[in-house]
Amino acid sequence: MRTKILAVLCLASGLWLARNLYVIFLTMGDEAAQGAIYRIIYFHVPSWITCFTAFFVAGVSSVLYLVRKNSRFDTLAVATVEAGVVFTIVGLVTGSIWGRIIWGIWWTWDPRLTWALITCVIYSGYLMLRHAIDDPTARAKNSAVLCIFSFTSVIITYKAIDWWRTQHPGPVLSFRTGGGNIDPAMEHMLFQNLGALLLLCAAIVVVRMRQEDMQREVEALRRYAHAL
Amino acid sequence: MDSRNFTYMFYGFAAAWLILALYVLSLAARERRLRRELDSVKRMIEDRETRKQV
Repeated sequence: MRTKILAVLCLASGLWLARNLYVIFLTMGDEAAQGAIYRIIYFHVPSWITCFTAFFVAGVSSVLYLVRKNSRFDTLAVATVEAGVVFTIVGLVTGSIWGRIIWGIWWTWDPRLTWALITCVIYSGYLMLRHAIDDPTARAKNSAVLCIFSFTSVIITYKAIDWWRTQHPGPVLSFRTGGGNIDPAMEHMLFQNLGALLLLCAAIVVVRMRQEDMQREVEALRRYAHAL
Repeated sequence: MDSRNFTYMFYGFAAAWLILALYVLSLAARERRLRRELDSVKRMIEDRETRKQV
């Protein structure tokens, strides 16, 4: 069943991304002020929304793990955090390349950028913490607590462009501004790519959950083998 | 500016795809390693159980 879901997710996200790339490069015109480079928005913003979504799911499943003590929630949390970190890195790298042309610099310690980096470091720390604890129950419990507290960093990163107006542009999407800050066709395309990246993220999460189950099976069988 | 603009747009898309491709490759490598580990632990258990019976 899970293999079928995975195949459908991979196929759907692959086709959707291919179709989006065709539209982004061959149908959409250049932006008046920025020229061709603005197209990075179609990967940069959806990557951030995807990683925020992944971290939100990880936070919710961590709470559910602590409440219900069901290891499935711990598996979902680690899978979504790992996928989220990958999309965070995509967001940071694409933003840096975009900034090199628009701002003339690769990086600046602007609040939004700094908090984005902190978020990436915190969630990378979560993944490292899991490697550092051998006992599965202690590992799941400690990492669930860390995951819940880490989400405050996501909220600060998300709200940084409202709270501190510095180098990074303010919100442009209609659901945050009420409209008028971005061309509707561009926004539509941005959400199209967001959908495709969310599907890709879901496919990665399904694969990671399967691997986490295999890892648990290996650990359980090793314990059994030692007991023999 | 315009040619640099286009070049950096290419870098941006290439970087995004490269990061995702490297991660997918690392997932595939991890899956292979886990399958190998699982097989070897299962074989080890079978060996030990057989020896115990003998």
